[in-house]
Amino acid sequence: MKLPPFEYACPATLSEAVALLASHDGDAKAIAGGQSLMPMLAFRVASPSLLVDLRKLPGLNKIAIDSDGVKLGAMVRWRDIEDDERLKTAHPLLKAAIAHVAHYQIRNRGTVGGSIAHADPAAEMPGIAMTCDAGIAVTGKSGSRVIKAADFFLGALTTALEPDEIITEIRLPAWPQSRRFGFQEFARRRGDFAMAGVALYYDPDPSGKASNAHVGVIGVGDRPQRLTAVEAAINGNTIDEATIARAAAAASAAVEPQQDIHASAAYRRALTGTLVERALKIAAA
Amino acid sequence: MPVQFEVNGKSVSVEVEPRLTLADCLRQNLRLTGTHLGCEHGVCGACTVLVNGDAVRSCLMLAVQAEGAKVVTVEGLSNDADLTPLQKSFRKHHALQCGFCTPGFITTAHALLTEEPDCDADRVRDVLSGNICRCTGYISIVEAVLDARSAYKKTGGGP
Repeated sequence: MKLPPFEYACPATLSEAVALLASHDGDAKAIAGGQSLMPMLAFRVASPSLLVDLRKLPGLNKIAIDSDGVKLGAMVRWRDIEDDERLKTAHPLLKAAIAHVAHYQIRNRGTVGGSIAHADPAAEMPGIAMTCDAGIAVTGKSGSRVIKAADFFLGALTTALEPDEIITEIRLPAWPQSRRFGFQEFARRRGDFAMAGVALYYDPDPSGKASNAHVGVIGVGDRPQRLTAVEAAINGNTIDEATIARAAAAASAAVEPQQDIHASAAYRRALTGTLVERALKIAAA
Repeated sequence: MPVQFEVNGKSVSVEVEPRLTLADCLRQNLRLTGTHLGCEHGVCGACTVLVNGDAVRSCLMLAVQAEGAKVVTVEGLSNDADLTPLQKSFRKHHALQCGFCTPGFITTAHALLTEEPDCDADRVRDVLSGNICRCTGYISIVEAVLDARSAYKKTGGGP
């Protein structure tokens, strides 16, 4: 369908952009790459009175890596993450997950900030933010704040972002080189949203036992989630067949997936266990 | 509102409503009807054009967002004198039947081969997964793109 009518502004500074969003009583929307918002407009699920284009805002398209971790500017595209060689060691889990995002043409425009703000329950970036305890830096009319991923995603397409707030940066904590990780998702067609996906990592201690396990799932609830029962099944154990089987069973038991035209709840539950098993095998290999 | 950008090497200025997509602007305002609109919500890939060298879906971009950009449509990837190597390869391998999706495949494949003339069959399939074709079954398209690689290595895809 053709898009509903709206006004359009393309401010040159963050403060102008915030002022524009604030001036429309919650009825204005920020647009970055537009790869989620444009379909929402086409379906008329969204019909804001004003679109505030973020493309001229300076400094939001940088990937900064230092001892604190990886800082992704909100306007960093999937393509930029694919092309950044440093991320192979600075955040290999991010790199592995982003390889599954949508298609070639969409990866040339879609942004990390846009994906986080859109908060699709099956999207990879919100899943990585949850799994890795990311901080989401935002700026609004009352100033700047950093929201923890765990407090950010409130439900399907629903976040803690105020109507006048703009995401400026996603902060992923530093990635130790000895960390083990795996990312697995399953979709019927390449580039589709996953029916279920799993991102996990753990830090092996000197004896080879796993600690600090983080296990996140996407596509099996109304938002990305951490599975603490699975983390408990991993922590303190060697990642052998018995541990993997226990973790997979714990994952299937822990999720409460929805049923839709793509898959039944029982299928998603079983799939989550299988994906935890595969991701753990990759992590331990 | 007024918007100015470059299309196939020529500077254009058009007066558009903000809600007009780049795809509709190309077709309706600029009469570049080689860009085809299939789904109009970013699923089928038929409307793919190049914006500053990147393959993007022109139905998922507003015309006003193209301000100052260099846009290349399928018309900009052909010439009247002869078929380009990519066009020849599509013809040789029967990589099209009805032709509706072809502009999207040509623009996408051109972007890929320009940047990665050494890409393998897996990479071609991965990239073309963003374009839907209901006639060919894809195998002939993948073969055509793979066969055009040598031309891109030699001449960058020019004739």
